[in-house]
Amino acid sequence: MTQTAQTWIILGATSSMARAMARRLAKEGAMLILCGRDMDDLAASAEDCKARGAAEALAMRFDARDSTSFGPIVERAVLKEGAINCAVFVGSMPEQSVIDADPSLIDGVVQDSHIGPATFLSMLAPQMEARGQGTVVGVGSVAGDRGRIGNYVYGSAKAGFATYLSGLRNRLTRAGGHVVTVKPGFVDTAMTWGIEGMFLVASPDAVAKDILRAVAKKKNVIYTPFFWRYIMLIIRHIPEFIFKKMSI
Amino acid sequence: MTWNKLTYAGWGRARSATGQVARPERQSSLLREIASFAAPAFGMRRSYGDVALNDGGRAYDMTRLDRVLSFDAETGVVEVEAGMPIGDLGRAFAAKGWIPPVMPGTGFATVGGCIANDVHGKNHHVKGSFGQHVTEITLIHGAEIKTITPKSGAIWKATVGGLGQTGVIAKAKLQLMPCKGDMMVLTERRIDSLDEFLAAFDESKTDYTVGWIDATATGAHLGRGILEEGEITSGINNSKDGAKAVPFNAPGWALSAPVVRVFNELYFRRVPAKGRTSVKPITEPFFPLDAIHNWNRLYGKHGFNQFQCVVPPERVDVLRLMLEKIGASHLASPLAVLKKMGDGRGGYMSFPMEGYTLAVDFPNKDGSQELIKELTDMTLDAGGRIYFAKDGVAEATQIKGMYPEQDKWQRAVEKADPQGALVTDLVRRLNLRESAKES
Ligand SMILES: Cc1cc2nc3c(=O)[nH]c(=O)nc-3n(C[C@H](O)[C@H](O)[C@H](O)COP(=O)(O)OP(=O)(O)OC[C@H]3O[C@@H](n4cnc5c(N)ncnc54)[C@H](O)[C@@H]3O)c2cc1C
Ligand SMILES: NC(=O)c1ccc[n+]([C@@H]2O[C@H](COP(=O)([O-])OP(=O)(O)OC[C@H]3O[C@@H](n4cnc5c(N)ncnc54)[C@H](OP(=O)(O)O)[C@@H]3O)[C@@H](O)[C@H]2O)c1
Repeated sequence: MTQTAQTWIILGATSSMARAMARRLAKEGAMLILCGRDMDDLAASAEDCKARGAAEALAMRFDARDSTSFGPIVERAVLKEGAINCAVFVGSMPEQSVIDADPSLIDGVVQDSHIGPATFLSMLAPQMEARGQGTVVGVGSVAGDRGRIGNYVYGSAKAGFATYLSGLRNRLTRAGGHVVTVKPGFVDTAMTWGIEGMFLVASPDAVAKDILRAVAKKKNVIYTPFFWRYIMLIIRHIPEFIFKKMSI
Repeated sequence: MTWNKLTYAGWGRARSATGQVARPERQSSLLREIASFAAPAFGMRRSYGDVALNDGGRAYDMTRLDRVLSFDAETGVVEVEAGMPIGDLGRAFAAKGWIPPVMPGTGFATVGGCIANDVHGKNHHVKGSFGQHVTEITLIHGAEIKTITPKSGAIWKATVGGLGQTGVIAKAKLQLMPCKGDMMVLTERRIDSLDEFLAAFDESKTDYTVGWIDATATGAHLGRGILEEGEITSGINNSKDGAKAVPFNAPGWALSAPVVRVFNELYFRRVPAKGRTSVKPITEPFFPLDAIHNWNRLYGKHGFNQFQCVVPPERVDVLRLMLEKIGASHLASPLAVLKKMGDGRGGYMSFPMEGYTLAVDFPNKDGSQELIKELTDMTLDAGGRIYFAKDGVAEATQIKGMYPEQDKWQRAVEKADPQGALVTDLVRRLNLRESAKES
C-alpha cells in the first residue's frame, strides 16, 4: 500500500481544498471518512470519491462546536487496520467588521479553527501513538503569522491552532507519527469568492498537491503556494512600531 | 460572498462580458441562489463566441459542481453534476470498462455545456449527438426544480441543444457505453484533394473518423489534409503526463499567414506518404489540443473566431467554394476540421444534420468577420446551418430559417422562462427567442 492508500479522516471535507485532496487520495485507493455538517454534500463527495477509486468513502457528522460528534468518528476510524491519518480543513472567517460589531462571534471563530479541531486531534492522538504511525495535516493560514487589522480574530485562532500543531508534532514524532502544518496564502474557494484585494490566488487542487507532497516528504511547516513563505518572512519582520500603523 | 463582478470571455476571446457571477460549490447553494435570482449558467466556456456570456447581467459558474453522484455498474448509467468535465468522466470510468459515447474535441467541456449545445464527436456518424445518450436532467428555474426525461416532450427537446434557455442544468444521468479499454488504434493518412476526402469518408468503416484540412491550400491542393480513423482497443493508459501551458498572449505574427502556411505544410508531411498506424491513449486523438492549456492565447490579445457550418451532403459545391474563399483570404489559421455527419440530433436547436461539417479558426483581425459573414450566407443558401457553440459574429437576419424547429423551441422556452431571465449574449445578438414572432 502506498503511503496515501490508508485511512484518512478529513474534517471540513466540504471545503473545495479538502475535496481536491480527497480526490487525489481516492485515486490512490484510500479509505476516506469525510466529515462535516452538510451531510447531503458529504454524501455526494463520498460517491464521487468511490467512482474515482477510493477503497471506501463514507460521510460522518462533525461539528467543531459540538464535541459529542467527535467520538463516533474516532471509533469508526479505529475499525481499520494500519495507519490512521487526519487532515483538518475546518475554519470560519466572518468579516472583521462584523466581529467588531458583535464580539460574541469570537467564540465561534476560535471554536471552529482551533478548539474543535484541537480537541478532536487530542482524542485521536492516543490511537496514532498506539499504532506508531499516521500523519496529521492541519490547515492554518498565513493570517496566523501576524495579527492584522483586517482579520486578527481569525488570525489569532489560526495562530493558536498552529502552536497546538507544533506541540502535537513534538508529541507524535516520538511515537512514529507526523504532523504537517499547512499555511495557505490566498486560495480560490468559496471563502474568498468575491472578496476584494485577492492576488496570487492558488487553485484548490494546487494546494492539495502541495499538501500531499509535504505528507510524502514529511515536511513540518509548509506555505502554499511556496512563495508565501517569503512574503510572510517580510511581513513578520516589519518592526512593530511601523506595522501598527500599516493596513495590509 | 455570493456574487463576484468579473470580466470573462468565450474561448476565442474575441467576445467578453462583464457581470456578477456566482460560483456555487454545493447543490444546496445552487438551489438557494437560483431561487432568489434566475440567471443563465456557464461551464468551462469552451464555446468560442458569446453563447455562454451575459454582459451586464448575472451568471452561474457551474465548474465547482463537478462530482459523480451515482453509478450503476450493471447498466452503465451514471449521474453527475453538470459542471463535470467530460474528459474527467472518461478518465474515471474507462478503467471500469465504460466511456461516454459522445465526446467533443476538448475534454474540458462540461456535461451541462455538452447538453446545452448537444455536442457531437468524431463518431457522430455512428453514435449521434451527446443529448441522445442523456436519460435524465434536473433542471432549475427560480424556485422550481424539474426532473425531465426524453419522455417529457417539448421541454426535453428544448433543453437538449437548447443553449441553456429552459433552466440551469444542475445534474444529469448519462448512459455510458461499454469499452474494452482506454487506448485507441489510430490510422492517419494523407489526403490530396477534397474529392479524395469525400470518397474516403464514404469508405471509412471506423467508429471515429475526422479530417484535418489545410485551409490555406488552394488550386490543385484545395481540400488536402489528413484523415484520422480510430477504433477503441483494449489496454489501460497509466501515464500521467502533465499538460503544457501557454503562459502569455502570443505576439501578432505568431499565426500570420506565412507562419501558418509553413506549419500546415509540416503538419501535412508529418504523416508519411504511405500513412501510419499507432496505438495511443484515447485522450490524445480525442482531445488533441488539450495537451496545451490556454492554447487560445496563441492568437494574441485580440483573440479569434471559429466558423463552423454543416451543409447537406449534396452541396459539396458550396463546400468547395467556401474552401476556395478561405484559401484566397490568407486569413485561415493552422488547422481546420472536416467531418461527415450523420443525422443524429437530440433537440429542436441541435446543430447536427446529415452532411459535411467544416470548422475553421480565424484570428480576429481585419476582414475575418466579413469573411465569416459571407460564409454564413453561403451556408444558409445551401440549406445548412452554423454552430452556435462557435459563433460570435453572425447577424440575426443571417440565420433566419436555418433551424427549422426554432419555433417549437421558442414556444417551450417561452413557457419555461417567460421573463427572459436566461437570455445570453448570443441569444440576444441573434434574436433567437424573438425572430419567429416578428416574421
Ligand atoms: C478545442 C475544442 C474542440 C471542440 N470540439 C468540439 C467538437 O468536436 N464537437 C462539438 O460539438 N463541440 C466542440 N467544441 C465546442 C464545445 O464542446 C462546446 O462549446 C461545449 O458546449 C463547451 O462546454 P462548456 O462546458 O465549456 O460550456 P460553455 O461554453 O460554458 O457553455 C455552452 C452553453 O451551455 C450552456 N450551459 C453550460 N452549462 C450549463 C448548465 N449547467 N445549465 C444550463 N446551461 C448550461 C451555456 O449557457 C451556453 O449556452 C470544441 C471546443 C474546443 C475549445
Ligand atoms: N481560501 C483561502 O484563501 C484560505 C487561506 C488560508 C487558509 N484557509 C483555510 O483553509 C481551510 C479551508 O477553507 P476554504 O477556503 O476551503 O473555505 P470553506 O469552503 O469555507 O471551508 C471551511 C470548512 O470549514 C468547515 N466548518 C466551518 N465551521 C465548522 C464547524 N463549526 N463544524 C464543522 N465544520 C465547520 C466548513 O464546513 P461546512 O460545510 O459545514 O460549513 C468547511 O468545510 C479553512 O480552515 C480556512 O481557514 C483558506
